[in-house]
Amino acid sequence: MSAFWRPMLAVLWKDLMLEARSREVVAPMLLFALLVVVVFTFAVDPRPALVAAVAPGALWVSFTFAGILGLTRTFALEKEKGGMEGLMLTPVGRDVLYTGKLLGSFLFMLLAEAVMLPVFAALFNFPLLVPGFWVLLVLATLGFAAVGVIFSAMAVNTRAREIMLPVLFFPIAVPVIIAAVQATGSVVRGEGWSEYSRWIALTSVFDVVFLAVAATTFGFVLEE
Amino acid sequence: MDTKSATLHQDNTSASPALEVRGLVKSYGAHLALKGIDLVLPWGQALAMFGPNGSGKTTLIKVLATLARPTEGQVRIAGLDQRRHAALARRLIGVVGHNTFLYDDLTARENLRFYARMFGVTKPDERIAGLGEALGLALHLDRRVRTLSHGLQKRVGIARALLHDPSLLLLDEPETGLDPEAAALLESLLRRHLERGGSLVFTTHSVERGLAIASRVAVLREGRIAYTEERASLDVQAFQELYQRFTRVGP
Repeated sequence: MSAFWRPMLAVLWKDLMLEARSREVVAPMLLFALLVVVVFTFAVDPRPALVAAVAPGALWVSFTFAGILGLTRTFALEKEKGGMEGLMLTPVGRDVLYTGKLLGSFLFMLLAEAVMLPVFAALFNFPLLVPGFWVLLVLATLGFAAVGVIFSAMAVNTRAREIMLPVLFFPIAVPVIIAAVQATGSVVRGEGWSEYSRWIALTSVFDVVFLAVAATTFGFVLEE
Repeated sequence: MDTKSATLHQDNTSASPALEVRGLVKSYGAHLALKGIDLVLPWGQALAMFGPNGSGKTTLIKVLATLARPTEGQVRIAGLDQRRHAALARRLIGVVGHNTFLYDDLTARENLRFYARMFGVTKPDERIAGLGEALGLALHLDRRVRTLSHGLQKRVGIARALLHDPSLLLLDEPETGLDPEAAALLESLLRRHLERGGSLVFTTHSVERGLAIASRVAVLREGRIAYTEERASLDVQAFQELYQRFTRVGP
């Protein structure tokens, strides 16, 4: 296996093992996302037109904040006994470390979202079987994870990391949030691929650009 | 040691010292933690770094270990510029810090396997078993790290640092938290490392332990090397008095 894949998969394996044993990341994300969605159902008049207007925002508010919670937990676990420094002492490229951490966070977020979506579909009468939505979900989650991992690495060394991460994260992730909400709105309204494909294209471009930038700058972020 | 690292070691040991530091400055904002460090450490030698709390010992280890960027100056490890050849330099370095760099919810063996994969160690299971024996960890390798005592965790941390058979060891107060038996095991491992031509830099507050293994001593004070001497020509009594004076609180 190449010098990239072997250590990258080792980082991913380590994060998956830690989560399988500690359950400190996905479970809080799920609980938080569920609470947000339930509160929205209480707050909104159940008329279909209103539900359709609110559903995209409710969905992405719950996913975004749950994602931030998960990222904060992942990096807090990494910091406990200096795990991040331990990773930095290894001779693997910083892009490898970034990709390993990114994949772990991406999978945790995706897992929480996959569990939450049927609940959301039941409460908001959301059409789950639209393939374009799943493409959007994967791309937007990747974008969140790409931004979140690098800013979590920055925020984890600050005292107010729970506040710092959203403050750093949201201004950069705005294009993905807008695209995700707009495209989800199209799906809820029953519009076709042609209506929301441009939002998916925007999310794809964001992902490619941010992945490249984050992978090359991760080393600078980690060092004191 | 993996092939790349072994080749490097052979290429550089004869021509270049294990560690060469020139004009090293490290600042955190307005605070100058290191104010111009110069030192050269030949192969097969141990440098004991003493100094009061806040003198810059940990910062120095962090910079040497590539965990912190130097503000000014240059660090060469086996002749390699540590910034330009960071990945190669990291293959040559083993670090024991205040943190163990371990994951609580993995077993000791899983932690060591993880780091072995990160360093590309060949035959990791044999290496882990060997280090487990040498550090008295054989019975504890399959326990989760969070269930181990602080001293045992520290031993696993030392095994982690030695996994890839590094040429230069950087140890920040390595004896902290170790019982006398473990401290003796560590000392014998370090002596073996020196006999095989490796080098080490370690910080300590224990004059007795420091002098037991050092080839050279240095005292760091307010970010500068305030005193340095070959161990062989050191007057132990005078050094102890000097060190007490450096670490005394108040006038």
